[in-house]
Amino acid sequence: MFAYILKRILYAIPILIGVNLITFMLFFMVNSPEDMARSQLGAKQVTPQMIESWKEERGYDKPLFINYNASGTSVLTDTLFVKESVKLFTFDFGVSDSNRNIGADIQVRMGPSLGIALPTFMIALITNISLALLLVLFRGSVLDTSMMIVAVMIMSISGLFYIIAGQVLFSKIWHWVPISGYESSWEGIKFIILPVMIGVFAGIGSGVRWYRSIFLEQINQDYVRTARAKGLSELSVLFGHVLRNGMLPILTGVVVVIPTLFMGSLIMESFFGIPGLGSYTIDAINSQDFAIVKAMVFLGSVLYIIGLILTDISYTIFDPRVKL
Amino acid sequence: MIFVMLWTDILVWVLVAAVLFLGWRVSRSDQVKKQWHTVFKSSIAMASAIVLAFYLFFTLLDSVHLRLSLESTKTSTKQVQYSEQVQYSEIVSLLDLILEHNIESTERTYSAPFALSEYTKSIVVDAQGVTQQVHIPLKYVSIDGDIVAESIKAIFLGIGLSILLIVLHLFWRAGSGIKDTLVLIVQGKTELPWRTAYLTFTVLVTIFTWFYLLSFDYHVLGTDKVGGDVLYQSLKSIRTGVLIGILTTLIMLPVAIILGVSAGLFGGWVDDVIQYLYTTLSSIPGVLLIAAGVLSMQVMMSNNPTWFESTIERSDLRLLFLILILGITSWTGLCRLLRAETLKISQIEYVTAAKAFGVSKLTIIRRHIIPNLMHIILISVVLDFSGLVLAEAVLSYVGVGVDPTMHSWGNMINQARLEMAREPMVWWSLFSAFIFMFVLVLAANLLSDRVQKVLDPRNKS
Repeated sequence: MFAYILKRILYAIPILIGVNLITFMLFFMVNSPEDMARSQLGAKQVTPQMIESWKEERGYDKPLFINYNASGTSVLTDTLFVKESVKLFTFDFGVSDSNRNIGADIQVRMGPSLGIALPTFMIALITNISLALLLVLFRGSVLDTSMMIVAVMIMSISGLFYIIAGQVLFSKIWHWVPISGYESSWEGIKFIILPVMIGVFAGIGSGVRWYRSIFLEQINQDYVRTARAKGLSELSVLFGHVLRNGMLPILTGVVVVIPTLFMGSLIMESFFGIPGLGSYTIDAINSQDFAIVKAMVFLGSVLYIIGLILTDISYTIFDPRVKL
Repeated sequence: MIFVMLWTDILVWVLVAAVLFLGWRVSRSDQVKKQWHTVFKSSIAMASAIVLAFYLFFTLLDSVHLRLSLESTKTSTKQVQYSEQVQYSEIVSLLDLILEHNIESTERTYSAPFALSEYTKSIVVDAQGVTQQVHIPLKYVSIDGDIVAESIKAIFLGIGLSILLIVLHLFWRAGSGIKDTLVLIVQGKTELPWRTAYLTFTVLVTIFTWFYLLSFDYHVLGTDKVGGDVLYQSLKSIRTGVLIGILTTLIMLPVAIILGVSAGLFGGWVDDVIQYLYTTLSSIPGVLLIAAGVLSMQVMMSNNPTWFESTIERSDLRLLFLILILGITSWTGLCRLLRAETLKISQIEYVTAAKAFGVSKLTIIRRHIIPNLMHIILISVVLDFSGLVLAEAVLSYVGVGVDPTMHSWGNMINQARLEMAREPMVWWSLFSAFIFMFVLVLAANLLSDRVQKVLDPRNKS
């Protein structure tokens, strides 16, 4: 088990190097350090000395991939790409264009992001699975077909609509909850309710359909017929057999998402003024702050890969057939 | 008058040609023909297809661009040779020509649907010098017409028009046996649900005729902050949405198919490299990769202003890049599926037999593998479409979508989202964008459900 996890972590390293290479190319191929220095220092009266010192300060004075002036292995290592990647691998995200420490910012903003994303995830998981089980119990009935039509309709409406309509109805017209804001105490729950509810509702269409199809696939299996033949009630067949065997495909889709919850939701956070990583990313995109976007890309990939490893581990726990 | 081909126009017409070619190929294969026949046996699928065809029709109308020659050429006395040149207007599309009256009738500010005066009060000093707050009447609205009479006229015209088209279609299909066919259709006893199809068609044509005829006298869906007609914007946005939905898949398909099939078939280091590629790409959060790509693209385009001549060409180039970026980020899922399926197929006896007979790899791919992957490819095309249309809105909101000058539902929502906070609320811009998007995505979702149900061999049981 330990050896397997170690192997998976080692396998993640080339992938992360690849991720770095992609982001690095995207940013530095079209946007040379000179351009960055110029736009940061302002267009007026920039002397070549100022640009040089700005580049030196940030380590941008090195060549991109191959350093012809160096000797030995440092031909490849004493370059901007290696220097930047090594920094990222030690989770040193450096400073943003507006001279803020990105690492510290991320630590502060992870909390609020998780404060929205975790409750949304948990409530959505429970609601979707229970609704799907209910539909499978009444499969083929009027309830099932009409709910499936509703599910397609929920899926077909833009997520932006739910947010805007929710804000107008619950905050502007009925004044039930504040329209936006965040507070990291129990008082702050009033800010969280609306975004969480909207997040759950927006995902209910595709969620219920997905879980329902998983359960329906199980319900035609031989073991279900045997269980029924044994005289088990439909409910205990559902909970004891269908749900348990459906856990595996559910795990594949669910566990991988958990680490990425830290990243927060871009639109949700910016609409509700939540100071999390999602709104941080949006602000960075709008102000064209490459350093922050790069850090977020790296962080997102790391979290995704952690999610993949966790998925594999959870398989060994839930499926006795899988041995590492 | 000269025709102008924008980059995305070329892609659209190439796609149309490709679909027609595929359709011709399909019409020769009985099995595939039967499958599609089964798809359209469902009346929901039929109705959805008609709705999608309507959207596609507007996309194609909006994809023929031309410059009109202006009749009144400006003669400048100083430079005589200038006056001899034919002057051309801005690039316009066929749809612009049809809706010309809507472009010209730009009001000053907000007005509600069918309103006669502006939505907000403005301060006016009248002849006696008294300052008043009044709703200024709209400039391009005719007050003397009776809206009910006009509506009834428009609706009858719409129904008449659609009946004419349906009869023409019936003649083409049934020829002399038209009477019997008509009876069958009215009773709903035809093999394909033609009754539903014609009803959907009539409803759509009638709604459009009604909107169109009334749009000469009113702003049917109101006007936005700077007085632009919302109906015009919504109709223009159709092209952007449909293009992003279709062209992205078109661009991603060859990559996904080539890489997926070769990974599954050749194995070894090819498989390793391709697997590494898509694991790496898919481990980057989608929105961030798109954002990073679009940010770089913006820098690149501002560094190369010679690539485009006008605003329309710039926004078109940007749309093209956005589609490319979306394509690059979205091929991984399909590639993974195709690789797994190819692995499975290449173990089946007939492929092993073909290999043993010395059939070349290319022929194996063409004859045995691609036809067996077709259902996966088709399902993913229709499934991705609705997701991409919805994604456009979110991306435009984040600021990494289409050009801000381009008409798109995302831009409409983005510009209008603060209007809900106004007192009184300005809802029509948002509402129109959401409705237009909802109908398109709902139709696409319903059709894709049906296609999946029919084409997926796992659903046979």
